[in-house]
Amino acid sequence: MDVMPKWAEVVLVPLISLLLAAIISALVILAIGEDPVAAVKLMVTGALGSTYGWGYTLYYATNFMFTGLAVSIAFHARLFNIGGEGQAMLGGLGVALACLYIPWPHWSLALIGAAFMAGLFGAVWAAIPAWLQAKRGSHIVITTIMFNFIAAALLNYVLVNMLRPKGSMDPATARFPDATNLPTLHDLLAPLGIAFSKAAPANVSLLVAVAACFALWVLIWRTRLGYEIRAYGHSESAARYAGISPVKITMIAMIISGALAGMMATNNVMGEAERLVLNSTEGAGFIGIAVALMGRSHPLGVFIAAILFGFLYQGGAELALWTSIPRELIVVIQALVILFTGALDNMVRIPLEKVFLALRRRKTRGAG
Amino acid sequence: MDYLTFIQLLDSTVRLATPLLLACLAGLFSERAGIFDIGLEGKMLAAAFFSAAIASLTGNVWIGLMAGIGASLLLSGLHGLASITFRGNQLISGVAINFLAAGMTVLIAQDWFQQGGRTPSLVGGARFEGITLPGADAMADTPIIGPLYSELISGHSILVYLAFAAVPLTWWLLYRTRFGLRLRAVGENPASVDTAGISVVGLRYAAVGICGILCGVAGAYLSTALQAGFVKDMSAGRGFIALAALIFAKWRPWYALWATLLFGLFGALETRPDVIEALIGMKVQGQLLGALPYIMTVVILAGFVGKAIPPRAGGEPYVKER
Repeated sequence: MDVMPKWAEVVLVPLISLLLAAIISALVILAIGEDPVAAVKLMVTGALGSTYGWGYTLYYATNFMFTGLAVSIAFHARLFNIGGEGQAMLGGLGVALACLYIPWPHWSLALIGAAFMAGLFGAVWAAIPAWLQAKRGSHIVITTIMFNFIAAALLNYVLVNMLRPKGSMDPATARFPDATNLPTLHDLLAPLGIAFSKAAPANVSLLVAVAACFALWVLIWRTRLGYEIRAYGHSESAARYAGISPVKITMIAMIISGALAGMMATNNVMGEAERLVLNSTEGAGFIGIAVALMGRSHPLGVFIAAILFGFLYQGGAELALWTSIPRELIVVIQALVILFTGALDNMVRIPLEKVFLALRRRKTRGAG
Repeated sequence: MDYLTFIQLLDSTVRLATPLLLACLAGLFSERAGIFDIGLEGKMLAAAFFSAAIASLTGNVWIGLMAGIGASLLLSGLHGLASITFRGNQLISGVAINFLAAGMTVLIAQDWFQQGGRTPSLVGGARFEGITLPGADAMADTPIIGPLYSELISGHSILVYLAFAAVPLTWWLLYRTRFGLRLRAVGENPASVDTAGISVVGLRYAAVGICGILCGVAGAYLSTALQAGFVKDMSAGRGFIALAALIFAKWRPWYALWATLLFGLFGALETRPDVIEALIGMKVQGQLLGALPYIMTVVILAGFVGKAIPPRAGGEPYVKER
């Protein structure tokens, strides 16, 4: 029997962890001589106070949904995919190749084609560490870290020596053709009579990300494959007795994970930059870890956590603009979220479990 | 390539290998005791900042070094708290520590110095200067041995010699003392250590503490000896290269020395494309050299060239039976 009721497990534990992270962040802001309340107010107006702010918040959130889902599906198979960053970089390469070399007639077809290429490139980049883990027993965390660095070097090489337009000094591809440019939320909402900021980068790939959240929920909780992945994650030996192949599950979970991380590129490369630049991912692959931990690896949780981190990112940019608080504050908050919801989970859970046990004992005694 | 260029190349190899070696030995202590540590990078970065910051404020590099070690130890304590006391996920804790260091160093640097996340340049006593070994100047003109002694062996900062001395010391500590035996045992089979009446938690905290001290020295070397001051993200992935070297070295001290020297050589070659061209007669892309340590580690991990087997209890929190 579970010690804690489900609602406490799903809502209370993450909420307390988040609160701890928030309190420490506030102390950090106080320590550098700024006012935390004013900072939060500024973040809220900057990130949520206008459609421009929302446009950025949702743009960042789209990135984090993809990478958060990527980390989540791997977590379900008890694999820690720390290589979302590299997989998203390779996804960017896939998008760039698809957009530059195929004459797409319409953005919708281009989006399908580019998403496929992004997913394929990301999946391949995750499949190699997965295969090494499944067949050769090399630790997937180490190999995916190494693959992040190899991806960065590879992308650097490809951009400088192959994809850079002649005469350009900038290590970046040429602009993608206009036909591949994705409609922004402004373009999508205008026909419905809703005014949305023209300058904000949130675009149609947000809908793809939301669809991916739903699809992953169906996959994990409504299909046989999802059941096998979860079973493998809970107990490898039990799964093996049930005839579930560890090699197959490791490969499939990581391929889905890599494909999701890669598909992030439809948002940042295709939707926003409209060309591939160095460091286009800007750490979003790592934020996926925080998002997945906070969202308890559940697609709905990931969706909510991604929007929260989108808010933090846009709000943090506003803070850096108007106060003396540098953008790195978000990195600190991100670290604290990972620390409290991930590594120090038991610090919150054990006392809470004691409280619930004590409550239950009193109740049974009262009844008896 | 003439002899002097060769010596210069080896000289910069030594300089670049030193922080890798210190961090690699740090990881060795931690992982040999069964605590995975992917937070080497963050600890180095925090130590680099605090040693440079305190050295610039006090003008004394030794106080700076102590501050750097202190900062690194603090993060080690956090890692211990998460992964030993609260039995959390060691990898996730390491990730958190890396981000915490990356963010906090810039935040504090901006607050203290207002120079865009860097410390002022260190001069004089606030830096570790190279030490000229006795007789180096006199011997400089002797053929062959002269440049070898005066350029390569002499003229490094004290931390370089300390790092190289740490290799035999680590070997002795791990393989010739009771503490070392217990430390290795706790990484392979903590239950047996517990049965013998020795504290698993205590041993693991000790290992994590040594790891913190060594990472602290590595970070201090970066900002007060290799360079004169702290800049944002100055560890630049060295913690991960050290991790790669640790696997490459199969968690052994002497191999760690060779592995970090090899990776240091790659780093030195990256800055001298002319030397590579003269050596093998063709251009090698700098990106390839930069990625080589990572590629080699993957190959080693895959077991295609000599299998690397990590300590058996690595990454598993120890739960005492009741």
